[in-house]
This record gives sequence, C-alpha cells and structure tokens, in this order.
Amino acid sequence: MSAPPTPLIEARGVTRVLAGEIDTTLVAGIDLAIGPGEFVAITGPSGSGKSSLMYLLGLLDSPTTGEILVEGRPTARMPEDDKARLRLETLGFVFQFHFLLAEFSALDNVMLPMRALEKLSENEMRARGLDILARLGLKDHAHKRPDQLSGGQRQRVAIARALANNPKVILADEPTGNLDTASTEQVFDIIKTLVGEGGRSVIIVTHDPHLARRASRRLHVVDGRLAPVPED
Amino acid sequence: MGLALDIAVTHIRSRLRQTLVGVLGVATGVGFSVMMASLMEGSQRDFVAQLVDSLPHITISDERRTPPVQPASLLYDDVEISNLSTQDRRRGIKNPLAVISELESWAPAKVAPSVRANILLRQAGRDVGAVMLGIDPRREVLVSNIATKMIEGQLDNLLKASNAVILGARLADRLGVRVGNTITISSSGGKTMTATAVGIFRTGVAQVDDSQIYALTRSAQILAGQTGLINELRLKATDALGARELATRIEAETGYKSVSWQEAHEDLLNAFNIRNFIMYAVVGAILLVASFGTYNIISTITHEKTRDIAIMKSLGLRANLVRRIFVIEALIIGLIGMGAGFLLGFLMTKGLGAVEFKSPFGDATRLPVIYEPLHYALAGSIALAASLIAAWLPARKAASVNPVDIIRGAS
Ligand SMILES: Nc1ncnc2c1ncn2[C@@H]1O[C@H](COP(=O)(O)OP(=O)(O)OP(=O)(O)O)[C@@H](O)[C@H]1O
Ligand SMILES: [Mg+2]
Repeated sequence: MSAPPTPLIEARGVTRVLAGEIDTTLVAGIDLAIGPGEFVAITGPSGSGKSSLMYLLGLLDSPTTGEILVEGRPTARMPEDDKARLRLETLGFVFQFHFLLAEFSALDNVMLPMRALEKLSENEMRARGLDILARLGLKDHAHKRPDQLSGGQRQRVAIARALANNPKVILADEPTGNLDTASTEQVFDIIKTLVGEGGRSVIIVTHDPHLARRASRRLHVVDGRLAPVPED
Repeated sequence: MGLALDIAVTHIRSRLRQTLVGVLGVATGVGFSVMMASLMEGSQRDFVAQLVDSLPHITISDERRTPPVQPASLLYDDVEISNLSTQDRRRGIKNPLAVISELESWAPAKVAPSVRANILLRQAGRDVGAVMLGIDPRREVLVSNIATKMIEGQLDNLLKASNAVILGARLADRLGVRVGNTITISSSGGKTMTATAVGIFRTGVAQVDDSQIYALTRSAQILAGQTGLINELRLKATDALGARELATRIEAETGYKSVSWQEAHEDLLNAFNIRNFIMYAVVGAILLVASFGTYNIISTITHEKTRDIAIMKSLGLRANLVRRIFVIEALIIGLIGMGAGFLLGFLMTKGLGAVEFKSPFGDATRLPVIYEPLHYALAGSIALAASLIAAWLPARKAASVNPVDIIRGAS
C-alpha cells in the first residue's frame, strides 16, 4: 500500500469569527481534505458560510483558529507575500461576479497573473493567454474590454484568468450565479473539463443541486458547519 | 516594474482630465518657481555686477577702525582725563606712493590713489551736497569703469581745463548743469573754487550718479586745503568675490581701514539674503500646493480603484506592486508636470526678459533675468519629491486593502 497523496488543500479545525459589535461566526470546526483530481461541489443555504469557507481555503482570509494547509504547507504563520505567491501560482479564483479589470482587454486580464509571476517571456505569455481564451471559445474576443462582452463571455474570461498560471486548484464561488441557463451549462461544462489536468482539483460552490450532482464529491454547509448532504 | 507601469499608465490614460489638472498644477508650480528664481537671482546678480563694476572693490582710507589712543592715556593709566585737547593727526595716507607700490607687489589688484572730499555745489542759488573724488585719469581707468560710463565729454577732459569737473547725470540734472557750465564748489573747510563742467557720467547706480563728481587730484587737494593729500586708495581686485578676504589682509598689512565692496554694502547683501529666503519660502509653498493636487488625484484614483486593488491582491499580486502602481502614477504626473513646467518657466522668463521695465536700483531698461540650470534642477526635484510624498499615503492605504472585505461586500 502506498501512502495516500498529500492533499492539495486541507482544513484542520478551521473556525472563522468576524469580530464586531456582535461577533459573527462565519464557519466553525471545518475539517476537510481535497486531493488531486477531485471535483468538489459545495452546497448549502444562503448565508450558511459557503463563500466564507472558499475565502479561507483560497488563503484570502485567515482562520481565527485552526489551520489551512496548501500542498501540505501550513499557512497560519505564513507572511502575506508568501500567501500571495501561493494564490498566484497554485490557486485560481472565479467569483460570482467576474471581477475583471474594466480598462484592460480580455487578453490583458488573462495575462495579468502571468505578468505578476514573471516566469514567461512577454511573447510566451501572449501566446498562452490566446491559447486559453481560444480553448474557452473566446478566440475572437481577446482584444475586447469586459464591457464589450456578454455575461457568459466575461465569466469565461474570468475562468481563463484563473487558469493563467496553470493552478493546481480552482476555487469557483457560484461562477454561474449570474448567468442564464444556456451560459450556465456552457460555463459549467468548461469547468468540468479543467478537472484532472495535471492533477488539478476544482472546488465549486453552487445553489443548483443538478450541477452539484455532476461533481465527483459533494460537501454541504449549514450554519458554518459541514453537514450531511441532503437527499434530493 | 513593467506590470505596475502598465497599470499606472492605463489608470492615467483613462483619466485624462484629472491627470491634466494634476500636470497643470505641477507645471504651474515649477514654471512660476523657475521664473521667480530667475528674476530674483537675475536682478540680484545684475545689481551686484553693476555695483562691482562701477565701485572700487576695496577702498583704503586714512581712517582707523578705532579712535587713536591719545598720548595722555598712555602716560596716565586708569586715570580719568578731562578737558584735555586731543592731538590732531595729520590727515591722509602717509607716503601713499610707497603704500601703492607695496600693494602692487603682492596684492592681486590694481591700485589708484584719490582724494575724497565732501563738498557743496552751488549753481543758480541752489546748494547741493556731493562727494568729490580727486583722481588721476590715467590711473583711474585701472580701478573703475567710469571712463566707459561717460554720456557727455570724456574722462580725459579733466586734464584739458583748469578746475575741470565731471558730474553724475542725476546730480547734473538736479543742478541743471550742462557741459561747459561754470559751478561754484566749496569745501567743508571753507575753501571755494570755480570749476567748469567738462563731462557727465551715468553708472546706473543711482546713489553714485546722484552724488559724485570727479576732479583732478590737485583740485581736490586745494579744496581740502592740504597739498599732497591722498586720503583714499581704491583697488580693483582680479577676483571681485575675494575682495572681503583681500581687504582684511590689506588692513592687517597697512594698518589703514580697508573696506571691501561686500562690507560697504553689507546691509544690501543681507537684504538679498532675506529676499532669497522669502523667495524660497514662496517657491516651496507653490510647489506644496501643486503637490496637494497630486495627492488629490492619487487618492481619488485609489478610491475609485479599490475594487481593482482587491481583485489584483486576490489574484496574488503583492502589496508592494500595488503600492508601486500609484507611486508611478504620481511620478508620471510629476514628470510630465515638471517638463511642462520647465517649458512654461522658460517661456515666462523669456517673456519677462523682453519686457521693458524700470529697475528700482538703477536705470536698467529690461528686467534682468537669468537662465540657471540649477533653478530648473531644484524646482524639478522638489516637485518630484513632493509628488512622491503626496502619493505615498494613498498608495500605502491602497496596498493595505484586504481583498476579502471588498469581495464580500461586492458579491
Ligand atoms: N462583513 C460581514 N459582516 C457581518 N456578517 C457577515 C459579513 N459577511 C458575511 N457575513 C455573514 O456571514 C455568514 C456567511 O456568509 P457567506 O457569504 O459566507 O454565506 P454564503 O453561504 O456564501 O451565502 P450565499 O449563498 O448567499 O452566497 C452570513 O450569515 C453573512 O450574513
Ligand atoms: Mg456566497
């Protein structure tokens, strides 16, 4: 028996309390491990803490207690710049809202993480950016700015940007939440094809049980805690 | 660097109007600073040059810095002496020719002897006080440029008539004296002489033109009532700016009071220092105000771009890079503003230099402006530094944005 592979992302007893006039517990006591090549869907009622969990897994937020490990590396005491580096290299984010930079073309948006990483030459970055955009069916839209694209196209550009540095994990928080049925199908199908490339895992938050069922594994969040997945 | 620069340029390009306002602010600041400095220092240098040109660099007189010790006080120590008549000193520099040849042997300067006497000019019933300089026209040219300042007649005319005098233009105007007129001159000692005006000069230094007349040494000696009197040696130093040090040395060597032009015009030079201080304060204030504009723009951009900053940081761009973006933006505004300011300053200086004007110090007809690279370098670097400082606070704030706060609120 060979040892199980190191999880790409692991949460150990993660709790996040938002301090304020009344402290809000966003998530509590989360333990989970996501290995290479997994396609994980997270569901749960609105306000249950799905997004909060994603921010923690994606190193955008830090747990109040507990520990997030990325490829086995603990991150609790990691300097901010190192965490940024992990986000840049290993993690890719897609949000419900596209969050593209309005003044840059689709291609420039996709190239942004590559340029920040500084591993490829300008020409290689351009070629790779165009490749990714072409793969997502945006060949003819590479030089358009976000406001010249449809909602589905923007979301695909956002996915292309998340793919820029060929991350090991894609975290998508309701990526189809703002899209019509046709675009939702298209975007979801694209996300599904990303799973397993070079051992890549995808974690997707969705309200839609039909979409969730197409994932290889499901997690359900209620009141900030993992709960049994409801039969539906 | 490339990425931060690209983003900075994009931000600026999509805000041309704001950027233009910022650039104009810096440009105006730099332009006016440059113009003001060139005018202030130009007029100062022009005035000093005129002063240095038309006045002797060092004047050695027969006076002493401290009153001479009286023989009585040497004899009777610590005794109060009253009602004792003081011992008169014979006026004049002793053995002036020997002093001159000694000075010429070591001092890097030309020397001319003269007699200075306070006189009263009388013309058509008007009395005007003036200073007579008794000179030797052939030596005078070594120490002053009076020969080149003649507007009527020539310096050598002094030799062509007996009791000839040359008057400053303003003095001549006041008295209504023209070349060829006769005037009556009396000395403080009561001697009177009738003289002929043989020339009129204008140095541009109002004080000189208003109160000075030249005559031959002999005429002045007669008026002073002492033959052979030389009570003043005037020097033109090779290095005008070193006159102060030279004067100190001469005084130590000869024992005669030696006054450099700097000492003679100490109050004036002090006034210049005050003027310069005011100038720098005003220039600093202008540039400070210009940097407020830059601060305003950068903090507006960082506000508008809070979401973009959050996105970039969430993608994994480092805080340092985010900070750099906004510092570069300020630098771009500062640099363009500086360039435009140089042009503006140069053109305004040129414009001012072309204006005909009456200088309060003389009769210069144009404003004396100078083109000094140092002014540009100073104004430019202060403006750039101010832009950087102005950008620093908003940039630091932008870099410390916590992406999750923004993203939580936005989705
Ligand atoms: N800034 C905040 N201040 C206070 N409470 C907050 C803040 N952000 C989120 N919350 C609360 O934290 C809880 C979890 O929010 P979160 O956005 O993670 O839920 P979610 O499962 O993603 O919901 P949705 O499905 O609507 O996106 C919610 O009850 C929310 O009201
Ligand atoms: Mg959510």
